[in-house]
Amino acid sequence: MMFIRVCIGSSCHLRGSQAIIDLLQKAIEENGLSDLVVLTGSFCLGKCHPKGVTVSVDDVVFEGINPENFREFFEKHILLPLQNA
Amino acid sequence: MRKFDTKVQHLKYKVLREVARLAWNDRLAEGIMDIPNIIVPKSEPTMRCCVYKERAIVAERVKLAMGGDSSNPNVIEVIEIACDECPMSGYEVSSACRGCLAHRCEDVCKRGAISFDDNHVAHIDKTKCVQCGQCAKVCPYGAILNHTRPCVKACKVKAISSNNENAASIDNHACIACGACVYQCPFGAIMDKSFILNAIELLKASQKDEATRVYAVVAPSISSQFSYAKLGQVISGIKALGFHTVVEAALGADMVALSEARELAEKGFLTSSCCPAFVAYIKKQFPDLAPYISHNLSPAATIAEYIKSTEPGAKVIFIGPCTAKKMEMQEDRVKDLIDCVITFEELQALFDSRDLDISTMEEDVLNNASYYGRIFARSGGLSDAVAQALKEQGLDDFDLKAVPCDGIEACRIALLKASRRMLNGNFIEGMACQGGCIGGAGCLTHGEKNKADVDKYGEEALEKTITDAVSMIQ
Repeated sequence: MMFIRVCIGSSCHLRGSQAIIDLLQKAIEENGLSDLVVLTGSFCLGKCHPKGVTVSVDDVVFEGINPENFREFFEKHILLPLQNA
Repeated sequence: MRKFDTKVQHLKYKVLREVARLAWNDRLAEGIMDIPNIIVPKSEPTMRCCVYKERAIVAERVKLAMGGDSSNPNVIEVIEIACDECPMSGYEVSSACRGCLAHRCEDVCKRGAISFDDNHVAHIDKTKCVQCGQCAKVCPYGAILNHTRPCVKACKVKAISSNNENAASIDNHACIACGACVYQCPFGAIMDKSFILNAIELLKASQKDEATRVYAVVAPSISSQFSYAKLGQVISGIKALGFHTVVEAALGADMVALSEARELAEKGFLTSSCCPAFVAYIKKQFPDLAPYISHNLSPAATIAEYIKSTEPGAKVIFIGPCTAKKMEMQEDRVKDLIDCVITFEELQALFDSRDLDISTMEEDVLNNASYYGRIFARSGGLSDAVAQALKEQGLDDFDLKAVPCDGIEACRIALLKASRRMLNGNFIEGMACQGGCIGGAGCLTHGEKNKADVDKYGEEALEKTITDAVSMIQ
């Protein structure tokens, strides 16, 4: 099981946590990963970034995720590891 | 700009600050005896009859700053030696009596308690007087005064009387810990126990162990406080104290609004459960209505529960205007959710104990909740939020008749009517403090502008609907 935490603290919230959650939910659904990942929130992952939202995947923290770089992030750090697992 | 309303608050704050300063530096045991001399350094008294009494009272305040009398379950305590034993003689004729001819006072007194001396000046016979106050009302000179103690006047639930030594005494069975007497006593003789030492302990422990990070849950009334700085600077200050992050209790309020609306639609009649003093009041004075108290946790406990579900080792400190919250955190279903409660007064003391001047700090951000969650801080806000929550959940069919009660006296009247099935309404919003939480005893300042400040803060919320705000965490 893969644990994905999206930061919904004030700073990330204002930089678009909601959009990233929506994108994640959609991507998880489309790729049929619902049974393999647990998606939760966190109030601060401690890596506020001016360009986007902070997301952790199994405790590895990625900052600055936004709708532009989401696809790349998802494929590299979520889809690929799950396919290889 | 003034940080506090009164000099009593300032004195209490100075004691809290000194205690906190020692605690941060692990010097409490050695330095504690010096605090009275730090606060009262000179040989001339400025507050009481002599510096020795002043210092003795400060020593009592130090005890309360360290948690107070552990054998007393109440969080509100009387400092007996600080009580000035104000006259409580009731109605008396003052020197303003002109010795007139009309004698309206005599005519109106049904008990024949008023007589006149050789100078035609009125006198009240205490053995006959029943304190009805009619004489005071009719005197054209306003010469008849009612001597009641400010604490007794402030305590609308009648929990304060005087003990054998004539000092104020609190009946714990009646007290709802709202703190009205704390704020109103002009001698500062009633104080809320402080748990700042627990807060400092939690913050220090979290620096050593990442797994016990401390979350600050702040009440929305914070928007009306610390008016000498910007809200974003207050958030920076809180983080500088060692808190991991700051979360709005108002997001818990959003969650409560949704489930309270569903509960109301299902049951048909409900009282709110957000205000711990109001809940305590129902349980103590209207036990028959207790089953109708909403089963929701308070907004603070609701968000604390969520925080701990995302991070089991996390600690939560609630920062708000409320002394009754210090009782709530001891309840069985809350004690594992909220680890400590401090007031805005105490937060100011913590800032200054670390010499943090928040007005020079960078502005951080605070945004978790919707407009509706944020306006819980003022009277009427909760009712507005429940109306909105009914609408957002497609429960418009339910005919909401909210009865917002501003202050515990208004609560009493609504509860009295409800207990006799004479209330024209199906949802009682109870707020023990005047104006709602913005009138809380732990506020730094209380002012006319506070309600407008809360509304403005509500309007600044990114999320305009409750569902939007809550969707983030579901």
